[in-house]
Amino acid sequence: MDAAMNLPILAALPPNASGAAPFPPVKMSVRDLDFFYGEFQALKKINLDIPERRVTAFIGPSGCGKSTLLRTFNRMFELYPEQRAEGSILLDGEDLLTAKQDVALIRARIGMVFQKPTPFPMSIFDNVAFGVRLFESLSTIEMEERVEWALSKAALWDEVKDKLSQGGASLSGGQQQRLCIARGIAIRPELLLLDEPCSALDPISTARIEELIAELKKDYTLIIVTHNMQQAARVSDYTAYMYLGELIEFGETEQMFLKPARRETEDYITGRFG
Amino acid sequence: MSHPAPSDDSMRPVHPALSSALPDRLFAWASRGAALFTLALFLGILVSLVLGAWPAVQRFGAGFLIHDNWDPVREDFGGWVMICGTLATSAIALMIAVPVSFGIALFLTELSPVWLKRPLGTAIELLAAVPSIVYGMWGLMVFGPVLARYAQQPLQSLVRGVPLLEPLLAGPPVGIGILPAGIILSIMIIPFIASVMRDVFEITPPLLKESAHGLGATTWEVVWRIVLPYTKTGVLGGIMLGLGRALGETMAVTFVVGNSNQLASLSLFAPANTITSVLANEFAEAAPGLHQASLIYLGLVLFLITFTVLIFSRLLLMRLRKNEGRSA
Repeated sequence: MDAAMNLPILAALPPNASGAAPFPPVKMSVRDLDFFYGEFQALKKINLDIPERRVTAFIGPSGCGKSTLLRTFNRMFELYPEQRAEGSILLDGEDLLTAKQDVALIRARIGMVFQKPTPFPMSIFDNVAFGVRLFESLSTIEMEERVEWALSKAALWDEVKDKLSQGGASLSGGQQQRLCIARGIAIRPELLLLDEPCSALDPISTARIEELIAELKKDYTLIIVTHNMQQAARVSDYTAYMYLGELIEFGETEQMFLKPARRETEDYITGRFG
Repeated sequence: MSHPAPSDDSMRPVHPALSSALPDRLFAWASRGAALFTLALFLGILVSLVLGAWPAVQRFGAGFLIHDNWDPVREDFGGWVMICGTLATSAIALMIAVPVSFGIALFLTELSPVWLKRPLGTAIELLAAVPSIVYGMWGLMVFGPVLARYAQQPLQSLVRGVPLLEPLLAGPPVGIGILPAGIILSIMIIPFIASVMRDVFEITPPLLKESAHGLGATTWEVVWRIVLPYTKTGVLGGIMLGLGRALGETMAVTFVVGNSNQLASLSLFAPANTITSVLANEFAEAAPGLHQASLIYLGLVLFLITFTVLIFSRLLLMRLRKNEGRSA
C-alpha cells in the first residue's frame, strides 16, 4: 500500500541519485529564526543551511510557514508593520536582518517569483529592464543584450522577440510567469526565491518552468516553495519539510523521499497526512 | 417577435421564457428608461441653453469667445475675459491640487502608520463637506489678506524691475484675484482628487507591489513607476472630477476673484472674473434680451469647456493605453 503510493514520486527522482554526497558550500544560513504575525508565531526556531547552486524545496501542508520563511529571506515582510522576524539569516556570512545596508540593495541581490504572474503595467522589454535600470545604467545596446539574455534564460525569447514593445499583460499566463522569472534573473541575483511558481499554470508551462529551474541552478542558488511533491522530487536537490512553523526534516531530496528520518515526513510524503 | 412555428412548437408555450422573464424585462426597461432619461436631460439642457443664448449667438457669433468687452449699457458683450478667468483659476487649482493630492494618497497608502490612516483620511474627506460659501468667506477675510501680506508684498519687493515677473505680481495687496481664487479652488478639489487616488492606489494588488519591491525598488519607485501606471485610469478620473468641480465652482470663486471684467493687467493679484462668477453676479439683474442671452451664451461655453475636457481625458486615456507597451 505504502509502496504503491510512493511509486510516482520514486519515478520522478533523478536517475543518478544514490549515496550521500558531501554538503555543498553554504549560500545562506538561517539561525534560530522566529517569525510573528502580530501575536501569532508562524515560525519557531528555524535552523537551516541553503546550499549554493542547488535547488532547495520547501514542502509542507498549507499554513506550515514555508512561504513565510521564504519571505523573510528578502525582508519582504517589512512592508507590513505587524510582521517581525527574530534570529538571523546569514547571506554569505552577513546577517540580512540586522544589516545596515539599505533593504532595497539586499532585495536586489535576491530575486523573487510569486504564485501568480505579476507583469508590470509596461512593455515586455521594460518589464525585464525595470529592475536593471534601478541599479545599473547600461547603454541601449547593453540593455538590449541584457534583456535578450534574461528572456533567453527564461526560455521566452523566441516567443516574444518580435513583440517586445507589447504590454506584458498581453502574454499568456505561462509566458507571464516566465517573464517574471526573466525579470528576476535580469538583475543577476545571487539567490532566486520561487514561491509556488507553477501553482497557476497548466502542465506544459509547468514543465517548461521546471526545465528552466534545472538550467538556472548552474548559475544560481534557488529556493522553491511547492505544494506539489512530485515537483519537489523532480526539481530539487535538497528538501525541507515544515509543519506548523517548525522545520521537521531537511536533507537531500532523494533521501527525504526514499528514506525519511522522521515519521511525520514519511506520513506527509506518502500522502497519509496532508 | 416573429417565431418560426414548426409543428413541434405547438407542444410548448408560444413564449416559453415570457412568464418567468416578465419581471426581468420590466427591470431591464426601467433601467434603460433611467439611462435614457439622463440622456434626455442632457440634451434638454443643451437645447435650452442654445435657445436661450440664440439672440447673442446671432448677434456676436463665434467672435463672442475672443471679444474682451462686456458692456451691458451699450449691449456689447464678449466672453474672452471670463473664459480666460475660468481657465486660469482652474489651471492654477489643478497645478496645486494634483501634486498635493498625489502626496496625500501616497502617504495614506504607503507611508502612514496604521493608527493615523483612518483619522487622516476622514479629515481629508471632511474638507469636501465644507460648504463652498464658507471657503469663499474664509478666502476673502482670512486667506486673501494673509496671502497679500506674506506672499505678494515680499515677492513684489523681490522682483521689482524684473521684466516678466513684476507685472505678474503687481497690484494693490488686498488678496483678491486669479491666484487667490485658484488656491481656494485647489483646497476645495484636493479632497476629491486625493480620496479617489487613495482608493485606486489601494486596489493595486499587493503582489504587484511586492514584485517591484523584490527587485530592489524603493517605495517611491514602486508608486511612481508601478502603482501610478497601473491605476492611471482612476487617477485621471479623479483629476477630471476635480477639474469639473473647479470649472463649475461659483460661490467661493465669486468671493475672491474680484469680479472685474478686465484683462489689462497680467497680474495674478488683479481682480478678474470667471464665467460662473459673472453669471452669479449679473443674472438676477440682467434684463431679458441681449444681456441675458449673452449670459446664457457664457453658460453654454462653460458647458462646452467641461465637455471638451471630458473628451480630451478620454482621448488621453486611449493614448496612454496604447502607449502602455511602448515607453522605452
